[in-house]
Parts: sequence; structure tokens; C-alpha cells
Amino acid sequence: MKAVLTVVGRDMVGILADVSAECAAQNVNIEEVSQSVLQDLFCMIMLVDVSNCPLPLAEFADLMSEKGQAKGLAIHVMHEDIFRAMHHI
Amino acid sequence: MLDTRDILETIRMIQDENLDIRTITMGISLLDCADSDIVRSCNKIHAKICRLAKDLVRVGDDIGREYGIPIINKRVSVTPIAMLFAASGGDPTEYARTLERAAHDVDVNFIGGYSALVQKGFAAGDEALIRSIPQALAETERVCSSVNIGSTKAGINMDAVALMGRIIRECAEKTADRSCIGAAKLVVFCNAPEDNPFMAGAFHGAGEPDCVINVGVSGPGVVRNALAKLPDADITGIADAVKKTAFKITRIGQLVAAQAAERLGVPFGIVDLSLAPTPAVGDSVAYILEEMGLEQCGAHGTTAALALLNDAVKKGGVMASSHVGGLSGAFIPVSEDAGMIAAARSGALTIEKLEAMTAVCSVGLDMIAVPGDTPAAVLSAILADEAAIGMVNSKTTAVRLIPAIGKGVGDELEFGGLLGSGPVMPLNTRSPAKFIARGGRIPAPIHSLKN
Repeated sequence: MKAVLTVVGRDMVGILADVSAECAAQNVNIEEVSQSVLQDLFCMIMLVDVSNCPLPLAEFADLMSEKGQAKGLAIHVMHEDIFRAMHHI
Repeated sequence: MLDTRDILETIRMIQDENLDIRTITMGISLLDCADSDIVRSCNKIHAKICRLAKDLVRVGDDIGREYGIPIINKRVSVTPIAMLFAASGGDPTEYARTLERAAHDVDVNFIGGYSALVQKGFAAGDEALIRSIPQALAETERVCSSVNIGSTKAGINMDAVALMGRIIRECAEKTADRSCIGAAKLVVFCNAPEDNPFMAGAFHGAGEPDCVINVGVSGPGVVRNALAKLPDADITGIADAVKKTAFKITRIGQLVAAQAAERLGVPFGIVDLSLAPTPAVGDSVAYILEEMGLEQCGAHGTTAALALLNDAVKKGGVMASSHVGGLSGAFIPVSEDAGMIAAARSGALTIEKLEAMTAVCSVGLDMIAVPGDTPAAVLSAILADEAAIGMVNSKTTAVRLIPAIGKGVGDELEFGGLLGSGPVMPLNTRSPAKFIARGGRIPAPIHSLKN
């Protein structure tokens, strides 16, 4: 099962490292990354495989959201099907 | 990989434009709970609802968190209780209390189906159930009631119309200390759909399966923002933009409906393609009409703009879902829509204009506060007018009026939450009393004879 993980917030050192480390800790494999910094705004989209994550997807999403909030980042994890449903026929 | 812009668009719709799933409604047939003993009947009802809907809220919340889409309401609709009451007799409000208890036990915020279908006449139990509605709605919080008083095939039952005018008043009077909330939980229909997931008019029709999942989508804010990007488009461009947006919104509804049905082990019924506003800023159908170029909702041109919006929503949504049903269209509940409230307050939006708008959009005169001294006959006449629009145009129309007891034009009625607040709107005070007192039935219009 794959999910889309998005991170938006003020750019700072170590965002990519922190998010990747948390994914690794939860046995979540990062398959693709797209990242940009516009002025001061950091925006990253990851496609991750959560099949081997010990947590249910909803709990992983809550965990990442909490970790993000602690650093002032908005982190969303959403099942990839919602994007496929909306944008692919 | 998924397109970055698509991902950001979806997230923006949810985070900034109030895209949500308005309701997952489980329809439950209670026909097998009918019993000649009302206590046994109520016990069976409670047991069946609790058995089938026990996981509804948890599954809805799980799907919402996994997919990152808010699912606002989880609800239950049941077989019109008049059918069960016909078999059992007794005190019909026992059923209302049973439904209330079941709603609390499975933690849904509304349960619909304290209903009777009397478009052609009253069957056993119908009239007694209808007369009990004010007491039932005053005693309960979560029970919703609806009565179908007309249809294109049957005409309009004017005895029921006369009765319902009095019932609406009584509902308001019995809950006068609670903003007349009783009347806000009662819908009077013509051509009531049997698979509608939206409250207060949801009930589970007799032709429906034993248990089914219906989903209502929303997203007026998303449509408005799509139009805001097209300041100079012609009307064809506007219609296209609405269609594309409705398609995207409905795909989410279809996904959630399919997931909920699978996880609950219940067949998927329909997706209701509706633009359902809330009082939240940015979640208004009136603002969409204003975005098209009207100074304020209610201006001349509003009916045309709404007709275009309603049709484009259906065209976009139909392809996005395998089964479409319910009310499907744009809702115009005055007290639940920030733009409608503003238009009604400023005098731009009148009840006559709203009536015209109901000829081209989903539902009808919805959540409108009227003066507290409005006679029952005037309420009945409004029901008759609205039912006539539905009957002749082969569409659903509904009326949810709230007589604001003790208040007059210029006052406000405050419900709070999704029901919002609204100004008391003036009505034409000429008396239709004799017309309403005649009773009888308005014959079905000629286009019912297509068979």
C-alpha cells in the first residue's frame, strides 16, 4: 500500500533528514521524492510504501503530523488512491 | 508518479476550500422488525440498528484519517416508521425514543425515518404517526422526520397539506425555548427520494435492500474557487469548470462510498451529487452564484445561474460515480449558507425568489425562518405551492420552514452548528385559508400517463 506524504513549512536545516529518519524508524520505504524551496517555503512530496509499517496508516499519519507540528511543519500522509481517484479516470 | 500539481490541488481543496464528505448514511430496512406488539417491535429495531451500524462511526473515522478527507457526519436512515406503527399500534413516540436510544448507542448524530408517505392518502397508522411528530421531535435530539405529501404519479394530498401546516407550527411551538429546533428536523416532500443520505429528509425506502451505504459529497468552496480563476470566461467556460470540479469532488465520494461499503460488508447504494453548504465562510452556494457575476444572490439572473450550476454539477458527477441518486444538485438552505443569510438580511433574497429557484435546483424551501405568528393555513399553502412545482416538473421538492415563535420580521433565529442562523423572512399575509380547508387531492398532472 502506498501513500503520499507532503511536507510544507519554513525552510530550515534537516527537514529531509528528519522526515526520512522517521520513515525509516517506522519501516516506511521512500520510493520517490520531489522537493522545492520557493523563497522561504519548503515543499516536499514523497511517495512512500507503507506495506511494512507496523502502524495502521491512520496512526502513521497522526504520528507524522505530530512530529511535523513540533517543528512548525504541516505534514500530511494520505492514501495514494485519493489522488488517483480524483485525477485519473 | 502522480503529478505534483494534482497532489497540491487535492490538498488545497481539502485544507483551504472545505472539501469534505458531508455524510456516510447507512440505510437500514426495519420491515423485518414489524411486530403486532410495540415493545417487541421496538426491541427488534434497536437490536438491528445496533447490530448493523455498530462500526459505522469507527469505519467512517478510519477512512477519513487514512485518506486525509474529513467525513463530517455518520448517520442512519430507516424504513418509514409509519409502516411499523401500522402493524403494532400503541404510542408512536415509543418508536422515536427507540430510534433516539439507538442513535446514541451507535453514536450517529442524526437518525432519519420517523416518516410517513401519504401522497395519495392515509393508510393505517399514517395519520396518528404524523400527529405524534411534534411530540417525538420535542422529546428527542437526533431523530429526524419527513412526510411525503405529493408525487408526480399520485398528485398532492391536500388533506395532508392542511395537516402538515398545523404540524410544522406545533413542532416550532413545542420547542420554542430551543430556537424552534423541532421544525428544523421535519421535512415535507413531494417526490421524496428513497435513497437520500441527507438529513433531515433521509429515510430508507421500501424498495431498498436490507442495508445499504449512501454517501453525500459536498464542496461549494471548491467550485467557487475554480470559478474565481476564470474572471473573464463566458458561460460555456463556467459550465465546463463546474463540471470538471464536480467530477473531482464526486470521485472522492465514490472512493469513500466503495471503501465504507467494503469495510462494513454492506452493499454500496448511491453517491448523492450535492453541493451542500455550511455556515462556514467559503462553503456557500450563494457565493458561487455571486462569483458568476451577480451582485448578490437573489438578484435577477439568480435562477438562471442556479440552473446552470445545478445541471453542470450533475453532468460532472454522473460520470464519476457508478450509481448516483438521492437529491443530487445544489442545496439552498438559507440558514446554513453564509451568502444566503447575508442576502436574506439585506433584502436581496426574498421567499418568492427562493421559490422560483427551487424549480431549477435540488430540494426546495429549506431552513427558512418565518414569522412566529404565521397561520397554519399559510404554511400549508407554501407546502402546496412547493409540492406543485415538484409534481409538475417531476422533481423532488421539499419544505423545511421554521416558524420563529415569538419573533417577527427583522429578528434572527440562531440554531448553531451546521444548521446555522437566519433572519425571519417576511411572507405574503393574504389568506389562503379557504383553499387549504377544502381538502381532497390535486390530481396528478397529465405527463404521469406515459406508461
